[in-house]
Parts: sequence; C-alpha cells; structure tokens
Amino acid sequence: MQPTSTRTEMIPERRAPDMSRGAVGWLRANLFNTPLNGAVTLVTVALLAWLLWPALQWAVIQADWLGNSREACSGEGACWVFISARFETIIYGFYPESERWRVDLVFLLMAALVAWLAIPRLPAKRWVGLFALVGFPAIAFILLVGGSFGLEHVPTRSWGGVMLTLTIATVGIVGSLPIGVVLALGRRSKMPLVRGFSVVFIEFWRGVPLITVLFMASVMLPLFVPTQVEFDKLLRALVGIMLFWSAYMAEVVRGGLQAIPRGQEEAAKALGMGYWQRTALIVLPQALKLVIPGIVNTFIALFKDTSLVLIIGLFDLLAIIRAGLTDSEWLGFASEGYVFAALMFWVFCFSMSRYSQYIERRLHTGHRN
Amino acid sequence: MLRSSSRERGPLWRDPTFRALLVQGLLLLALGVLIVVVVSNTMANLEARGITTGFGFLQDRAGFTIPQTLIDYSGDSTYARTFVVGLLNTLLVSALGVVAATLIGFLVGIARLSPNWLLARLAAAYVEIFRNIPLLVQILFWYFAVLQALPSPRNSHSLFETVFLNVRGVVLPDPQPLEGFAATPWALLLAVLITWWLVRFSRRRQAGTGRPLPVFKLGALLLIGLPLVTFLVTGMPLEWSIPALKGFNFQGGVTVLPELMALWLALSIYTASFIAEIVRSGIQSVPQGQVEAAKALSLPGGIILRKVVIPQAMRVIIPQLTSQHLNLIKNSSLATAIGYPDLVAVFSGTALNQTGQAIEIVAMTMAVYLLINLVVSALMNLYNARTLLKER
Amino acid sequence: MNQANAAQADSPMIEIAGLNKWYGDFHVLRDIDLTVASGERIVICGPSGSGKSTLIRCINHLEEHQEGRIVVNGVPMTRDVKRIEQIRRHVGMVFQHFNLFPHLSVLDNCCISQTWVQKKPRADAQRTAKEILERVQIADQAHKYPGQLSGGQQQRVAIARALCMQPEVMLFDEPTSALDPEMIKEVLDVMVELAREGMTMLCVTHEMGFAKTVADRVIFMDQGQIIEQAPPERFFNHPQSERTQLFLSQILGH
Repeated sequence: MQPTSTRTEMIPERRAPDMSRGAVGWLRANLFNTPLNGAVTLVTVALLAWLLWPALQWAVIQADWLGNSREACSGEGACWVFISARFETIIYGFYPESERWRVDLVFLLMAALVAWLAIPRLPAKRWVGLFALVGFPAIAFILLVGGSFGLEHVPTRSWGGVMLTLTIATVGIVGSLPIGVVLALGRRSKMPLVRGFSVVFIEFWRGVPLITVLFMASVMLPLFVPTQVEFDKLLRALVGIMLFWSAYMAEVVRGGLQAIPRGQEEAAKALGMGYWQRTALIVLPQALKLVIPGIVNTFIALFKDTSLVLIIGLFDLLAIIRAGLTDSEWLGFASEGYVFAALMFWVFCFSMSRYSQYIERRLHTGHRN
Repeated sequence: MLRSSSRERGPLWRDPTFRALLVQGLLLLALGVLIVVVVSNTMANLEARGITTGFGFLQDRAGFTIPQTLIDYSGDSTYARTFVVGLLNTLLVSALGVVAATLIGFLVGIARLSPNWLLARLAAAYVEIFRNIPLLVQILFWYFAVLQALPSPRNSHSLFETVFLNVRGVVLPDPQPLEGFAATPWALLLAVLITWWLVRFSRRRQAGTGRPLPVFKLGALLLIGLPLVTFLVTGMPLEWSIPALKGFNFQGGVTVLPELMALWLALSIYTASFIAEIVRSGIQSVPQGQVEAAKALSLPGGIILRKVVIPQAMRVIIPQLTSQHLNLIKNSSLATAIGYPDLVAVFSGTALNQTGQAIEIVAMTMAVYLLINLVVSALMNLYNARTLLKER
Repeated sequence: MNQANAAQADSPMIEIAGLNKWYGDFHVLRDIDLTVASGERIVICGPSGSGKSTLIRCINHLEEHQEGRIVVNGVPMTRDVKRIEQIRRHVGMVFQHFNLFPHLSVLDNCCISQTWVQKKPRADAQRTAKEILERVQIADQAHKYPGQLSGGQQQRVAIARALCMQPEVMLFDEPTSALDPEMIKEVLDVMVELAREGMTMLCVTHEMGFAKTVADRVIFMDQGQIIEQAPPERFFNHPQSERTQLFLSQILGH
C-alpha cells in the first residue's frame, strides 16, 4: 500500500452479491434479517391466516349473492341478499320512487363538481369552487325539497340513506367552512371583544361531544324560537352540525393563517390595500390553499360523524341499515348490515384521506398551480 | 403611541380606533339582542309547556333503575344521584378506553416502523381500516353483530370453567378479601415507595461513582415480590367467588355488561388507530442524524432509545396524545346508542325525557365535558411550557 | 495520546481492504483499499455522490458494507453489536448538520457518552467536558442549549462532544458545508489545532486551504473509487489523473 497512487482504469460497476438482490435478497432483508424478525414474520403470517381465511369464507366463498327474499339465504356464510333486497332504500331512503330522478341529478352534479375540484389539472378552480359553495346548494335545495318550479314537495322526513348522509355532509362542509374562516379571522383580530368572542365560541364547541350538541339542537333549539314557528328536525340537526364543525374548521384555517409570512400582509399594506382587500385577495387564498389537507381531514371526520344523527332519529345510511335489521323478516343479519355500512363509509373516507395525502405531497414538493 | 394631537385627523368614520370600537359595539349589541330574544322565547315556551326552570328537580325521586352503578343507587334515588352514577360510568369506560387505546396505539405505531415488512404493512392496514370507519358503526358492529350473537348463558363459552362469555356479558371470578388481606396492598405501597427511593439513590450513586444500579430489575423484583410474599405469609386471605350456572343465569362472580364491552372495544380500537399514527410520526420526527450521532458516540441501543429518541419523540407525541384522550372521553358519549348507562344516556336521555328540563340537563352535561377539557388543556399547557425547546 | 500512538506506531490506525458497498443495485463503493497510519491527517474530496461520506461512515459502521475488511485500531469490524460499539469508542465523528441533542444542554451533550459508556462519575465527566469546551473556546456557553447557539458554535460543541470520549481517530463529514461563510473559520481553526496535537483525522471537505495546510495526504474519489491520492503539494500542483484535474479546475478555477 503506497500513500501515493493514481488510478488510470476505472473500476466497472458490479452487481451486488446475490444474497442481497432479487426476491431472495428482498426476503432476507425485509422478513428474515434476524432470527427474531423471522419469528415475527411467521407469527404474523399465522395470525393473518387465522383471521383472514374465515373472514374470506364468510364474506365471499360461502356467501349468498343472488335472490330477493330471505329464502335465498343458506346460512353458511354471509347473506348479501339482505343488502341487495333493500338497496334502493339504502340509497334513497323513503324518497318517493317517481321523484328519485331528482336525487340522481343532484348526485351527478355533485360528482362532476367534486371531480372538477379534485383534479389539479382542470382550470378555473376558483369559480367552480364558488359555484360549489353557493350555486350548487341552491340548485340541490330546489331539486330535493321541491315545492317550486312545478316540482312536487318532498318533506325531509322522507329523506334517508346515502342521500341523507351526503346531504348532511355537504351542508356541514359548505356551512362550516365560511363560518370557520370568519371565526379564524376573528381569533386573530386585534379587537379584544371580537377575539374573545371567537375564542369562547371555538373552545366551547371543541370542548363538548357532538352528541350533546345534537341533543341540544333537537330539544333546546325549539325552545329558542317563538312557539308557532315549526322548526324542521333535519334543519335543527344541520344547524348543530354546522356550528360544531365550524369551530374545528376555524382552527384548521387559523393554522394556515399563521403559516403565511407577515411580509405578505405588509406588502399588501404597502400597496394601499384595506383590511378586507388584504384578507380576501392576499392572505386567505394562500392560507386556504395551504390547509386543503386539513380541510379534507376535517371533512372526513365530519363525514364519519354524520352517522350520529341516528341517535336523534334521522334515517341516514347507518340508521336505514339498522332499521332494516329490526324488520321481522330479516332478524339476525346484523353482521351483514354493519359490515356493509362499514364498507360504504370506509370507501368514502379512505379515498378522501388518500386524496388529502396526495395534495399534501404536491404542496410539499412545491408543484403549485 | 402617537396621540391624535400630534397628527392630523381624517373624518371620524375612517379613524381605525373608532372603527374598532364601532365593530365591537355592534357585536355586543347583536349578542345582547340575540340573548334577549332567545331568553324571552324560551320563557314563553316553557310557560306554555308548564315546565318550571331551575335545578330543584335534582332533588326529586328519579324512579328508574340503572343496570350498572359504581355507587349505591335505586329507583328511589334522586336525579342528582343519577347524574353522579352516569358521570362515574362515563369515567369508568373512559379510563378503561384511555389505557387500552394508548397501549394498542403504541404497539401498532411502533410496529408500523418495524424493519419487518409484513408486520409494518399489517400495522398500516390496521390504521387505515379502523380510522376510516365511523366509531358509531364500530360500536354497533361489536354490540349487535358480535356480542349479541354470543350464546345464551346456558351455552356460554367458558375458559377453565371460571370465566364465562355469553350474550349477557362476561362473567369473571370476583375476588373477596378476607381478614388480613389489607397487608398486601400496604406491601405494594411500601414496594412503590422503596422503588421510588431506589431510583433516586441510583441517580445519586451514578453521579458520584458513575455506576448506576440495575433499577429496572430491582424495581420489578420488589414490586412483584414484596406483595406476593406478604400475600403468601398472611395465608392467602383471598377468596374467589367463582361464577356458576344456576337455572338460566350465573350466580357469583362479577358480570361485565356487553354494552361496556362493546363500547370499550370500539373506543379502544378506533382511538388506537389515531394514536398509532401520532406515535409513528412522533418517532419519525426525531431526525435520523440524532440516532447517528448517538451511535457515533458509541451509546448502546437501549440508551439511545431512552435518552435521545424517546425524550424528543415524546415532546411531539404527548400533546396530540392528550387530545386523542379527550376525543375518546367525548366519544364515550356514543354509549347512548347501545344503552350503556353513561352520563349522556341516563342524564341527557332518560332523566331529560322524564323531567323535560332540557336546558338545565343539557347545560350540566356540556359543563362536565367542558370542565374535563379545561383541566386537561391547562395541564397540557403546563407540560408544553416545561418541555419547550430553548431556542434563540 | 502520544503514548497510545507510540504503542501502536507500527500497526496502522485504520486498515480498509477490498471494500465494496451497494445501495440496492447501486454500486457506491468499489474495491476501496486504504490504510491510515496513526497520527496521519487525510482529506477526502470529490464530486457529490462519489461515495466519500459513505466511506467514512463505514469506518464507524453507520453504514453496513457487503464486501471487504475494515480494521480500526486493531479491532476487526464484524456485525457483532458489542464489537461495533468497541470500535466506535475509539472513533469520534463530526457531522455536516452538527446533530447535537437539542433537549440537552451543551454540557450534557458532552457528558452523555462519558456517563453511559465510560460510566464516569458526574463530577469527573463535567470536569473533562469543561476542559474540552475550553479547548474549543466555548466554555462560557456550557449551560446553554444547542438551539441558542450559532452554527459555528454548535459545530465546535459537536467537536468537543466527540473529543470527550478521548478518541484515537476523528472523522469529519463535511463539517463546514452547512455553515455561513463567516463561521467557517472558527471551526477550521479548531480542526487545525486538533491536527497540530497529532490527532488521526479523516476529513471529507471541500476546504482546499485546510487540505493544503494540514493534510498529510489528499484523496480524490469519484464514482465510488479512489482515483488519486498524494501529498497535498503534489496533489494540487501536479495532479496525475484527468478527472482530478477537471475537479480541481472546477473548485479552484474561479
């Protein structure tokens, strides 16, 4: 070994030793790299086999899929006929059959809006977003409630199932976002009364369970209005849900406001903008973009919690399924019912959480449009 | 602050101070009007329904029974006692849930970081499955699909003929302390005190001589050994009431309600999926460089974990963990969906239906949760202030 | 320190033979042979991604290699955890991003390994720590936390922390790359001082001034292999390989 040397020929790249490559290398590195890890792998495989195989047998292999009455159920595995027999009710609740095209139309419009807003490449996000917040609710209201434009009136007690769940979730998010933004701005205000009010309001709703809020909405709200005013049950629940979630939304938005450098606000001031101009044109657009993942996560939480309206007697997706379980012809299908409900909610929430992670990655890597 | 005398003034309505006062005045006015309207409407409504306001009803006889009470309670008890019973039941399921959720959450969170690919994927699947299904669905699933599908008491599943599982819950042997048993808890207390002293002594000894005591082993030995020896020496003064099937039901033992089981399972499993994510991100928030620096200093793995990784991860984990615990306490109110007698179910439910005192009852219930929230948040702020990293 | 060096003067401090390492299928280190004598000061340079950091991180097993032999201070490297810890006890390391423990004071950063590895009484550990903090001229900051110090101060604390274990070898992994220009000198001064005292040093750095003044040998790496090694005078004035010439013209050219 000499301390002075020069290499003239470069050493060519070689393949790694076989033990660290390919499927065998992968297994060795990830599953069996130490004896303990090997044991963990074997135990995990055993656990999975013990759990998954019976579940698979019950849910798929021995399950009954076809038929339209209880007679179709063999009793060996799950009987999905329970679901398919009442599928229409699960989607539309008790909405009159002849009027269901209205619900379908709203579903379609909603799907289109969501797709437009969710796909980053599509243009005019701001206007579509504004339409989703203002125009769409109005159209949906006219279509679903009816009573105008020659549409038959459908009272909210006939609403139910997926349709009601989506209604509550949409109204919840559309209502709580603007209130949340106002509260978040209020909490950062320099006016002590405005700030104090916002803090108390936010912390109050965040401190109590949604159930008590729904109880409040169903038993206390009617006391607050004049006796002769009829206060729709669904509307009461919606008011409670909106107020409750606006507090959570406010905290999400506040996080975004705090992340905006003070220079932005100062630059806007230097351009001669007033408070509302600065806020609406400079600060909020940036802050809201930053907290899209937080808003989506709040929406997931809100969506899951729509199921709580079951407790005050509204028939959302979960309540419709539960009501089906008390049907004397279909007793004893709790597993099928709740597994299906879980699956429906899971598909919604999982895809939304994936979307939020995707947005988060985009924000982090700095691809902004 | 420059006073207006030194500056020229524009019109009053463009003065920022005046504007701020105006806005706040309007807010105050709006709130005042709202309150007056609400109060007068409420008064009129209550009068129309013949309900007297006030908390006098708390002294009335409640007249209904509750299937699980931690203190003496009967149909003759007052509504005030109903409130306490409900509150205690809420606290019971919350405490059980917090312990189990934290335990499962830490295990799953650490498993997600395991070098074992399969275990890490399994833990990730756990998180993705359980946090994306509404808690209420999970509660109903455990209660109606699992626990209600269990056999009748006559056909119970049993474990060594001492623990029984059936549609009415889990029946466990009930320990009955006899005379002389009191010595065992005292021995445990003594062991705790000695261990505490040992930890302090070991710390001083390490500072002085560099060599710590094997505190963990000594402590474990003491905490298990001392009470055990005391128990044996005093002649094992404990009798087990073993449940036995008499007719259609079990006698002896203690029964855990299926409602409690379902709620506990669902709350723990659901909250654990969030805690697992917190633990994972907390551990991952400690930069890899910290571990490398500790390794380069030849610190052994256990010390790296105890002195470098955990203290830094905990700063991130504890505040979020606490907020999950608060969520769990609030979520325990879903008990009402399956009839577990928690605060909301017996007080905001049954008691409210019987008395009609909606405002008082809902306010009292909310106040309980707000109070718990406030206390925990205050403790959390103290913790955060204490562990704040010193920076320039 | 000199005694220890004398005892092992005949055997090299670090001996690396036939070292090969892969990240997945990427061949990062290729047939590295390197012997470092006791008290020798080596500067390793090369373009980014050339494997120079990976090489010194193999010496204290922060990276695992697949082929080849590493012997540090007479102790051959194996996968045995105790053996690895034994080697690390003789090898101090300074990182690009300091990696001080933010939850411990400067003094505690310097005491942690003395307490838990050397099992020293606290008073002894603190005395040693203070002496060494004095040497890097930062003793007055002993009770502050890393977050309260400037980058240059933090890096000097990091050097002190490594020195507290009385290592035989010091590894420097780009110690000045994360520093503001005005702070580079205070760190380099400490390193020069350390070199004067006879410490065996391996420095990955682009500070060519430092290489010229203190290095016994400069090593140029590219594509995971040692392209050229020579005393600084010859290395900078008469580089033999084309790659070395190109690299030098890039970093010294303007």
